[in-house]
Amino acid sequence: MIEIINLRKKFGNFQLKNINLSVNKGEYFILLGPSGAGKTVFIECIAGLHKIDSGKIIIDGTDVTNLPPEKRNIGLVFQEYALFPHMSVRENIEYGLKAKKIPKERRDQLIRETAKILRIENILDRSPKNLSGGEKQRVALARALVIEPKVLLLDEPLSALDAPMRRELREELRRIHREICVTTIHVTHDQIEAYSLSDRVGVIFNGKLFEVGPPEDVFRRPKNEDVAKFLGFENIFKGSVKEYRNGLSEIDINGVIIEVAGHYKGEVTVAVRPEDITIYSSRIESSARNKFLGKIIDYIDLGALVKLKIDIGIPISALITKKSFLDLNLQRERQVHIAFKASSVHII
Amino acid sequence: MKRDILTISFIFSSAIILFMLIFPILNLILSTPVTDLISAATDNEVILSIYLSLITSTIATIIAFLLGTPLAYLLARKDFYGKNFIDSILDLPILIPHTVAGIALLALFGPRGIIGRPLSELGIYFIDTIYGIIVAMLFVSAPLYIKAAKEAFESINPNLFKVARSLGASPVRAFFTIDFSLAMRGIFTGATLCWARALSEFGAVIILAYYPYTAPVIIFKRFTTWGLSASKPISALLLIITLGIFLFLRFLRRESVD
Repeated sequence: MIEIINLRKKFGNFQLKNINLSVNKGEYFILLGPSGAGKTVFIECIAGLHKIDSGKIIIDGTDVTNLPPEKRNIGLVFQEYALFPHMSVRENIEYGLKAKKIPKERRDQLIRETAKILRIENILDRSPKNLSGGEKQRVALARALVIEPKVLLLDEPLSALDAPMRRELREELRRIHREICVTTIHVTHDQIEAYSLSDRVGVIFNGKLFEVGPPEDVFRRPKNEDVAKFLGFENIFKGSVKEYRNGLSEIDINGVIIEVAGHYKGEVTVAVRPEDITIYSSRIESSARNKFLGKIIDYIDLGALVKLKIDIGIPISALITKKSFLDLNLQRERQVHIAFKASSVHII
Repeated sequence: MKRDILTISFIFSSAIILFMLIFPILNLILSTPVTDLISAATDNEVILSIYLSLITSTIATIIAFLLGTPLAYLLARKDFYGKNFIDSILDLPILIPHTVAGIALLALFGPRGIIGRPLSELGIYFIDTIYGIIVAMLFVSAPLYIKAAKEAFESINPNLFKVARSLGASPVRAFFTIDFSLAMRGIFTGATLCWARALSEFGAVIILAYYPYTAPVIIFKRFTTWGLSASKPISALLLIITLGIFLFLRFLRRESVD
């Protein structure tokens, strides 16, 4: 288990602001944030590579705040793998074991076992220069895991890979974590990684940790407008609550009335995910509380999906499949009906 | 394939500059009779001066390596107040005329200098001694080493060091097994440049230590005393020895890289 208490660190104009976080033993925690949010600085502070200004870092009950990196027993994997180019794969994996003065026989055994888990037994004598991105990634993981770390820190470990390899290694990371069950903090800007890998997610912005929770909670119910935008809530509007009845609040946004589940008062910020909006070519009966007639202003073809911008009095973004787009014969200036549930509307 | 006008003009200008660089050296060696080379190689004063130059330039390079490597590493890896200033200072010994460097060193290491006076009381003198030669060589050549070593350290991904630390390596172990190991090629190149620069130094050396004669000084002395014919064989001999060592070092570097 790792506990971070009131961690502060100033770096020129950037600052990690009073971060409190607790990651359970064996948990896979993902810290999500845009570039420059402070993700890398944060994990480097945990690894002991930067002296923190104040706060505490406790790993398995031991205060490691003032310990140097080599005494913390933390595995670290960087985005670009940082394999030692002048050593073979085996020497890379062996490096930490030698530094910890593990006897040769035990070293060989640990290398064999780790290489088996990572499925890299056949490349142990190769140079890192001759490895593919996926192989480098596995070697970097093996090198970090072979020392049996208390915590594994992964800094954007999949970012340098192409899309198919990223998919493959995402699944691999999940499998390896299930097998080894090491407490893991993985930082990324990729929401798919956060959804598919994490037990819990935290969102970091400008050096401040905003939200921590299960991915479903964090992604569906963000508590901050900036976080909501980063997490893909494109429809964010300011409005005022007009009425409350039958468990629904009616919110006026520039004359457009949106119904939302729950009792709210006064000025509110409304957020709707574009994928929660359904498009119809003609008026149909729907159980959704929010139904509007609008006109397509623009659309962007994203390959398998199409993002539409629809004017319903306010501009609304909707995400539909390419098939739906073609079946509905949608085009610019075309009038469409849109619908979304009251429960899909989130109040920030 | 037909070459464009840009490539043709570049090849032409390259040929001119290469001719200007190579021809004087080739001419010096080829126009010196072998008998003159042999007599220079058997002249005790010449042999001693070349030997002295080789020894002092090697010592200067070792000092530059020992003291310059930590500075190069700090400049490459750490951010600190005055870093840019230090970086600029390193260019000065390369930029200023070497006679000026000699005068500056004389003012410091001379019998009335801030360093020279207290050390002379301990029996260490810099005027006309091997120490003076080494100090002059070090002053003009160390910046070349430091800059090369700094570039070598800068070219290494700093995350390698961080990973090594996280894997249990102490700062010293991580430095020697990762950063220093990977910078070896650049360090070797820097040391070779430093050594060659020290060996060829004349301006600063002659002001601080005219005697004992280093090879460049004895060439100057023979030239001013007896003219070109007396200094040319020594120059050719020094050139052959220097080129030989330089080529050998390059071979060593290539072998180590392979």
